[in-house]
Amino acid sequence: MLSIKNLHASIDDKAILKGLNLEMKAGEVHAIMGPNGSGKSTLASVLAGKEDYEVTEGEVLYHGKDMLDMAPEERAGEGLFLAFQYPVEIPGVSMVNFMRASLNSIREYRKQEPLSAGQFLKLMREKKEIVNLDDKLLKRAVNEGFSGGEKKRNEIFQMAMLEPSLVLMDETDSGLDIDALRIVSDAVNQFRSKDNAFLVITHYQRLLEYIVPDFVHVLSEGKIVRSGGKELALELEEKGYDWLKEGVGA
Amino acid sequence: MTEDQLIKELGSEQKYEFGFVTEIESDQAPKGLNEDIIRLISSKKKEPAFMLEYRLKAYQHWLTLTEPDWAHVDYPPIDFQNIIYYSAPKSKPKLNSLDEVDPELLRTFEKLGIPLEEQKALAGVAVDAVVDSVSIKTTYKEKLAEKGVIFCSMSEALQDHPELVRKYLGTVVPYTDNYYAALNAAVFTDGSFVYIPKGVRCPMELSTYFRINEQNTGQFERTLIIAEEKSYVSYLEGCTAPIRDENQLHAAVVELIADEDAEIKYSTVQNWYPGDFKTGAGGIYNFVTKRGICKGRNAKISWTQVETGSAITWKYPSVILKGDNSRGEFFSVAVTNGMQQADTGTKMIHLGKNTTSLIISKGISAGHSNNSYRGLVRIGKGAENARNFSQCDSLLVGDQCGAHTFPYIEVGNSTAKVEHEATTSKIGEDQIFYCTQRGLDEETAVGLIVNGYAKEVLNQLPMEFAVEAQKLLSISLEGSVG
Repeated sequence: MLSIKNLHASIDDKAILKGLNLEMKAGEVHAIMGPNGSGKSTLASVLAGKEDYEVTEGEVLYHGKDMLDMAPEERAGEGLFLAFQYPVEIPGVSMVNFMRASLNSIREYRKQEPLSAGQFLKLMREKKEIVNLDDKLLKRAVNEGFSGGEKKRNEIFQMAMLEPSLVLMDETDSGLDIDALRIVSDAVNQFRSKDNAFLVITHYQRLLEYIVPDFVHVLSEGKIVRSGGKELALELEEKGYDWLKEGVGA
Repeated sequence: MTEDQLIKELGSEQKYEFGFVTEIESDQAPKGLNEDIIRLISSKKKEPAFMLEYRLKAYQHWLTLTEPDWAHVDYPPIDFQNIIYYSAPKSKPKLNSLDEVDPELLRTFEKLGIPLEEQKALAGVAVDAVVDSVSIKTTYKEKLAEKGVIFCSMSEALQDHPELVRKYLGTVVPYTDNYYAALNAAVFTDGSFVYIPKGVRCPMELSTYFRINEQNTGQFERTLIIAEEKSYVSYLEGCTAPIRDENQLHAAVVELIADEDAEIKYSTVQNWYPGDFKTGAGGIYNFVTKRGICKGRNAKISWTQVETGSAITWKYPSVILKGDNSRGEFFSVAVTNGMQQADTGTKMIHLGKNTTSLIISKGISAGHSNNSYRGLVRIGKGAENARNFSQCDSLLVGDQCGAHTFPYIEVGNSTAKVEHEATTSKIGEDQIFYCTQRGLDEETAVGLIVNGYAKEVLNQLPMEFAVEAQKLLSISLEGSVG
């Protein structure tokens, strides 16, 4: 589904990703862990197509298509979804309108008919239940006045609405209390299927107790320095990241 | 060059949908301005003698004035002798039925989305259609007359209700007010006249659609709205013009008079041709004086404007709060893109006790444009307990444009409370990325964000026009990103 080969990316001429390789198949959940500054969030931004980053080398194929050539909205149309670490507020734009515009433009990209207002509202009522999102929030402007936890749940709500095939979760667990973490994880687990894949970026092992990964990768200084099964996350939790750096050097 | 070629040449950077020209014969005065031209206009319109006298006095006064230059706009001097001051589609005047309107003009308005056949028109909206110097048709006149409401062109009002025009014209904006007000008083050709009798709530939205068609003509319209005691009216004006390389002058005067307990809601959706996106060639100079007076107690005047067009906008819809407890409101969205310049805002003059005013201004600048808010809040000596709240926000799209705020506050009574808040922000790349990640293209994203930003003001528009205004905002900002 996703094939990243020798990816190099920089921002303001500063190299952040330095030859990253990753293969993901449908149905898999991959976790990316690593210390601060290792390039985790950069990876998510580059994959989603954020303009500030320049890809200097390498290729990313998504369903066999060259993804680096696509605009962010085309990647979204192809089924990529990024759950943001810091979801932005858009004053004056109601969640309902935003979501409808979003869903219908993705449907248009896929040459599907737009949903009528009735169909759309029905779908929204269904999906908001999954993440236990308050009706009041949907009537408010996008993320405006949402608490940290509400913003994160709102990201997962949008994921459920858009039904992407590849989900990037950028530190979705940060700022979540244990109840919210459980709600978010349940929603993700419910949505997991043999047809979609998840790339879960996290600093802590905690989230991976709820969203159990098939593979864990450790990112350090812009490269994946170690890959393993879910037990690798536990090992990291116990030992910290420093031993890995030494390991690389040795 | 045909209009289609022109539009193509403008490419995707800017789509001014209304840039076409209607091929129609017109009856024009020769270029230039002098007393003879003024006499010609007055006689063409078969005006009563007082009107001609007024015009000539205004003209004499105008000759003593110099063009103001304090606005934050920049343009070459205007050659007032190179303008045609009267241009009317032939086959006018007085139309008794729609069959007498030139079919070409009907098609023009159809194309502009303003059908003049009453059965096709928006339910509940009466329209006065003005092309160049004259009104060509007013719809629903009879229905409004049943309630005693007078809604007609200014020319007709001068024929049919000269006593009303004489009593009110120039009482809010005298010809001595400013350079363009004097010019307008001398050469105005048409506009709308509205009279709402005591106790009447006008049963439909009134609306005037202004269209400049002929080359080298100026449009000088004059609108007068009188709301007697305890009456209510909501009025909306819209405007467009063909794409031309030369600048055209539009210098209007609007006067509103609200008596005790009366309310006037005046909305503008201004979409004159803004000039070429890249070079700034052509476009309308929109130099307008708009002012209302809350004459009686509890009167209310509310201005709402969505300004997206014109090469230069110079306009300060104002309210004189004379009656005790009266209220003035100003809601504005002004968008400038390409090479456009706007200097716009309001004046709230508090004279009566317990008067209140509210100013909400949202400026949006993109491209190489310049957008200024200029506003005055004056609290007179006798304005006990006057209150004002002003909020002026500026949004920048890109880094080649400018936003400026010039607030003036003059307080002559110590019980007054005046609050002013101002913010300037840049449209966030993070906001745009958030939207594009959700599948929206960049232009849609900017449109969405800007509409959200301007929502407080758009909500003030009559519903029939709010959707139109939203689309207009998005279209005006095309080509501003990427």
